[in-house]
Amino acid sequence: MKRIFLIAMLVAPLALADPTPQDVQKLMQRDFHARGQAGMDRVVQDGLQRLCTESRDNPPAGAAKAIEADQMKTIVFPEGSLMGDWKRGESIAQNGRGLQWTDKPGDAAGGSCYNCHQISPQEASFGTLGPSLRQFGKLRGNGQEIQRYVYGKIYNAKAYNLCSQMPRLGLSGTLTEEQIRDLVALLLDAGSPVNQ
Amino acid sequence: MAGPMKMRATLSGGVTDVRVLMTHPMETGQRKDPDGKLVPLHFIQNVTLKVNGKTVVESQISQGISRNPVFTFRIKGGAKGDRIEVSWIDNHGETNQTETAVA
Amino acid sequence: MKKFLGFFCVVAGAAFCNSLPAQDAKKEIQRYQRMIAEGSPVELFELQGEELWKKPQGPNKVSLEKCDLGLGAGVVKGAYAGLPRYFKDADRVMDLETRLLHCMVTLQGRKREEAAARVFGSADRPSEMESLSAYIAAQSRGMKMAPGLSHPKEKEAYAMGRAVYFHRAGAWDFSCASCHGEEGKRIRMQDLPVLYKPEHARPVVSTWPAYRVSTSQLVTLQWRMNNCYQQMRMPEPDFGSDTTVALILFLTATGKGEPYRGPGTKR
Repeated sequence: MKRIFLIAMLVAPLALADPTPQDVQKLMQRDFHARGQAGMDRVVQDGLQRLCTESRDNPPAGAAKAIEADQMKTIVFPEGSLMGDWKRGESIAQNGRGLQWTDKPGDAAGGSCYNCHQISPQEASFGTLGPSLRQFGKLRGNGQEIQRYVYGKIYNAKAYNLCSQMPRLGLSGTLTEEQIRDLVALLLDAGSPVNQ
Repeated sequence: MAGPMKMRATLSGGVTDVRVLMTHPMETGQRKDPDGKLVPLHFIQNVTLKVNGKTVVESQISQGISRNPVFTFRIKGGAKGDRIEVSWIDNHGETNQTETAVA
Repeated sequence: MKKFLGFFCVVAGAAFCNSLPAQDAKKEIQRYQRMIAEGSPVELFELQGEELWKKPQGPNKVSLEKCDLGLGAGVVKGAYAGLPRYFKDADRVMDLETRLLHCMVTLQGRKREEAAARVFGSADRPSEMESLSAYIAAQSRGMKMAPGLSHPKEKEAYAMGRAVYFHRAGAWDFSCASCHGEEGKRIRMQDLPVLYKPEHARPVVSTWPAYRVSTSQLVTLQWRMNNCYQQMRMPEPDFGSDTTVALILFLTATGKGEPYRGPGTKR
């Protein structure tokens, strides 16, 4: 028994404990510096980022449901119609600027949507990190409920899937209410190229 | 002040392969700088290839060629030790040249 | 004449080559890729780097030729293949660029602020760091990548690099794995290697630093880390910081054993 205890004592320190998210954050707080509009507040993980990091994007179901409900409360739905102008929406989806230290604060940002998604058929340069959005409105209709879903998802994708890689474009202040409405139209408007 | 130029000439199977790298901005005159001003036309206009002092290729190239161009020339025949010289002159009158022996 | 036209076409661009039949065009593109790899402008940066390595600079008016890159003072052959690694004199793990900066300060007597003032250059004017990186890296051509992984600080940096890779933060909640985490994905039209897998890391670590044709710039790993964090909507990492070195060590270690192909040429 004593021998086993001694061996265990020997082995334990040799196994390096992996750095925790707190360790990484502390190092980043020392090693990063604010530049342009990118402040050091961005290095501080919120609860969601912490949990997703700890669980390698596979959080326990109970905690996920609870935090998703919290995230849902952050979504600010506009008054009136949730559908804007799909032509403006296409430009917003194409635009990859916003929130970087090279971007001028106050300049209009984009959603960088084509980085990850296929959207309008005429755009051949699209990423595959997210699902294709072709025919989105055609397949699901464009009633109140689906409009609300699309708006909410763009505003805060984590309310629907906690550790999603999709940025919280509304909550982060990347896109305005009007811009998100234009994106809703891009996906749902019967006249949008997405639904042809 | 022209940037570095590098050349390699190798003889293989009766053909001399010449590969030359040039440093040059090759500005088309259509590009805008970060302040929105047009960057003026600045490109290599003539490239000359000489073998043992005799001109074998005289080429006129345009601003369509990319920055830091790489050219290759294949010469039938030639012998080890032949002197290869490549020179260029751009639209500002700036020149550069490099010389190497066929290996 | 047609052969010369063929070569000329490839260099001059597709616009001039509409007259070539489709089969010829495809063969020419393949030939172009081989040519660009053999006669890449990256060689010019290697030459400039060699000049800078030998140039006396700073208050001490000395060159970098006595710089110890891990294999002894002034030994450049094979040095890049052994980086990043722990350095006793600085008591930390360093990558190539961190070490070059260290030598500029300690050997040449330059002030850190001055030497690091312009680490990333432009198409018209590459930085010293970029040219030096190309030169030193080229001296490890053909050698197996073998970064330091035995010293306790190297082990620590490796573990930290891996943790950083999966760490979600920033205004868009990104980690490296957000883009480089799943097989077969691409961002716009750029394929994304899954860098924690050796088969993906190997071709990547063996071709950096590299000449980037689209911007006519020599891009380095410190630049790559910096540019990633910019696009991840994070603040800026310090040049040569422990965070960036840890990441670079993690990536290089994941690709270890791969023969270094020399500074690459990329889109």
